[in-house]
Amino acid sequence: MDILSYSAVELSAAVKEGKVTAVEAMEAVLSRIDERESDINAYVTIDREQALKAAAAVQEKIEKGELTGPLAGVPVAVKDNLCTEGMRTTCSSKILENFVPTYSAEAVLNLEKAGAVMVGKTNMDEFAMGSTTETSAYGVTRNPWNTDHVPGGSSGGSAAAVAAGECFFALGSDTGGSIRQPASFCGVVGLKPTYGTVSRYGLVAYGSSLDQIGPLTKNVADCAAVLETIASYDRKDSTSINRKKEKKDTDFTTALVEDVKGMKIGIPKDYLGEGLDSEVKNAVLAAAELLAAKGAVVEEFDLSLVAYAIPTYYTIAAAEASSNLERFDGIKYGYRTEKFEGLHDLYKKTRSEGFGAEVKRRIMLGSFVLSSGYYDAYYLKALKVKAMIKKAFDDAFAKYDLILGPVAPTTAPKLGDSLQDPLKMYLGDIYTIAVNLAGLPAISLPCGTDSKGLPIGLQLIADSFQEKKLIQAAYTYEQNKTKCVE
Amino acid sequence: MAKQYETVIGLEVHVELATKTKIFCGCSTAFGGAPNTHTCPVCTGMPGSLPVLNKQVLQYAVAVGLATNCTITQYCKFDRKNYFYPDNPQNYQISQLYLPICRNGHVEIETSEGKKSVGIHEIHMEEDAGKLIHDEWEDCSLVDYNRSGVPLIEIVSEPDMRSAEEVIAYLEKLRMLIQYLGASDCKLNEGSMRADVNLSVREVGADAFGTRTEMKNLNSFRAITHAIEGERERQIELLESGQQVTQETRRWDDAKEYSYAMRSKEDAQDYRYFPDPDLTPVYISDEWLQEIRGSQPEFREEKMARYKKEYDIPDYDIGIITDSKHLADLFEETVAICGQPKKVSNWLMGETLRLLKEKNMDPGEICFSPEHLAKLIGLVDSKAVNSTVAKEVFEVMFAEDIDPESYVEEKGLKTVHDEGALRKTVEEVIAANPQSVEDYHNGKEKAIGFLVGQTMKAMKGKAEPGMVNKVLKELL
Repeated sequence: MDILSYSAVELSAAVKEGKVTAVEAMEAVLSRIDERESDINAYVTIDREQALKAAAAVQEKIEKGELTGPLAGVPVAVKDNLCTEGMRTTCSSKILENFVPTYSAEAVLNLEKAGAVMVGKTNMDEFAMGSTTETSAYGVTRNPWNTDHVPGGSSGGSAAAVAAGECFFALGSDTGGSIRQPASFCGVVGLKPTYGTVSRYGLVAYGSSLDQIGPLTKNVADCAAVLETIASYDRKDSTSINRKKEKKDTDFTTALVEDVKGMKIGIPKDYLGEGLDSEVKNAVLAAAELLAAKGAVVEEFDLSLVAYAIPTYYTIAAAEASSNLERFDGIKYGYRTEKFEGLHDLYKKTRSEGFGAEVKRRIMLGSFVLSSGYYDAYYLKALKVKAMIKKAFDDAFAKYDLILGPVAPTTAPKLGDSLQDPLKMYLGDIYTIAVNLAGLPAISLPCGTDSKGLPIGLQLIADSFQEKKLIQAAYTYEQNKTKCVE
Repeated sequence: MAKQYETVIGLEVHVELATKTKIFCGCSTAFGGAPNTHTCPVCTGMPGSLPVLNKQVLQYAVAVGLATNCTITQYCKFDRKNYFYPDNPQNYQISQLYLPICRNGHVEIETSEGKKSVGIHEIHMEEDAGKLIHDEWEDCSLVDYNRSGVPLIEIVSEPDMRSAEEVIAYLEKLRMLIQYLGASDCKLNEGSMRADVNLSVREVGADAFGTRTEMKNLNSFRAITHAIEGERERQIELLESGQQVTQETRRWDDAKEYSYAMRSKEDAQDYRYFPDPDLTPVYISDEWLQEIRGSQPEFREEKMARYKKEYDIPDYDIGIITDSKHLADLFEETVAICGQPKKVSNWLMGETLRLLKEKNMDPGEICFSPEHLAKLIGLVDSKAVNSTVAKEVFEVMFAEDIDPESYVEEKGLKTVHDEGALRKTVEEVIAANPQSVEDYHNGKEKAIGFLVGQTMKAMKGKAEPGMVNKVLKELL
């Protein structure tokens, strides 16, 4: 069997059974990278030598029985906004071109402990700002399904790497849909956990109150295994939630059960309205029908908040980003302009040259909404709307176990189409963004392809801490869809 | 007749809290240390690092709030104050604007004008910045982040003070309370207490405040007093000559004894404050608040009253001993051992304060233990050493905290009570100083003093002066 056709969990099992070694798996990934990377550009940094060395070390531990988890020996790609000790972490920005962290992100450490082996760091929209992976300072990433199209973003490199077999699974981060939307565009599974489930320590912050790290995987079983591995209570992150103590279980793999009988699923009417591509709509409704056929109770309802989610998100995320990105000033690390006269000039030139256009746009927007005289009208109001959105979801989850809808209004657009009109690009986040504002978990999984052959994504949203419901419904759909959809 | 002016003063006082670790990470707050050795990803603003609040900071802030009669904000938050400067690694300072930990307090002060209450607008918690060092030789600036993240509280008063005397009384009161709490050593010269003075003048009787200025870099009570007097004069002069006072921040130059404008209100930055999303709101439960309230120490006024009742020492002594919690603790602990309040008080008021002043030290830096002071008092009581020797021993004890009993033993400093030995020495002294002996017999009483001195010298100070006197008179 071709090594690359294994899922992550299958690969680890095969390694433990002695059918294949962790080193062979890494070699298979590296040779796939040799074949496809020049077209796709999923990675910013790859350290082959280190990857093979780490794989050999893990293989030894597996043989000694020291590593037994479901991800031991599995090559993983890590989004380049997660700090990795000794390996440069650029956030796909020129301003961090030579930044090598002195420590690793907690989620990365959790994977290392579990025996996953890092291939390298994946490309992304600069500082996770964008929906296409075209704002990277290290070139665009292309969609493995059709290299004329974008992979989505901002975790586009991670999604493309999984889809192209350039790793077995990847970590991404999701602030407004940055895991789910590229997963959808690249035909892989992506999950954004409940805020506070995965430690943000070592994740270079974009919108701190919205950011969550999550998996991008080949299937739902891998997704559950990765989430179970990276979820941890971390005292270094004040927003981390001790789920075990609060009895919000994290044994996600136990939810890999084919059963949606009696599950109540609501489809927001707003998620099927104007702007939604008809092929996407049909595929999503077909998925809903499948779940209904399996015993779920599916109905449409009014969530009526979509119109407010985008302005609220772009106010809050940009405000936080404008402050979070202040530390990139050319003083302590990263890029510094060559010629400058005095401190102010050093700041101005470093930041003008180091940041790309989209990042500057959001810094300006964020600085504006926080400035004296506008704070109440914009930022404070956005916080109030955020609370209302959470309330609307609370009401919905009083009635439904899950909310179902599309991930994005269309399949992956062509390269170059989106950046011309940022506002239109922002509108593309319409179905994913409210989830971050409410801190909820949501999963994106493939539900067919359109007439261009590009993948379509189905989104399931659950109440806080109800990832297991997501996984159970997603697993049920995944196990049955081949029979119906294709 | 010339117009009469009133000075209106409000203070912003920064106090560095005496926690072992920084406010948002586990790094040491110890002073000194090679540059950038007390640092980690959090306090150097590394990408991806996150702050976690040090609970001790919160406890100190609440304790100071309770001691200054504030209302404690049981649901409080941290906000980011955004401004670019290299000593500030994140380019924002984590502080409190919208929901500070303490509000609406007051302290009582006493001056030559009598008693008065000074209002406290708020107390908030924040982090200190690093330190910039300019290397003239290399013509570059270096930054040391050892101080970055050291916890501070800022105590903002109401504009209730009217003179430098009131300002000093207010600062002394704050310092006393905070030192008693152990929340800070409050040293102005070392920067663990820093006061910015907001000052305006207005005609006596006017309702509205004048335009104020803010004065920074005041490192001593003397500097504060001079700065206040200078700024009052400067503002009055401006008004008298028909000019306006500009709202601005001024920097005090202690060497030149004058202030100059740093920046005007027009240059004031927009700090774009907003709640820090990396820190969850702080909730102080009723139980915890009660616990802190219950463990507040005995403050100076209560202590003075108790001393008056418990110990038979003069009010003057009580005033000086309770001026410092360290001194008061030392006093009580020593009295508990030896049971002689007046003698303990004498050692503290006399030799201890003399040496502190001479060595330019704080009571907090006293190193000798109450046990050793008690032993020394015992040695004097049992006449094992005379008072001159005791003072010498005390000096060594003050410097090195030696055990006076073993020290006296080792150095052979015990008073010689053997009258035979003394008699022999006295005879020798008389024989060697015929002139003085003659003077004495001729009625010059003073001559005996010289002979006593010579005897003590010959005995290396180990004799009891009374006994020397007696034997001398006998033999003469």
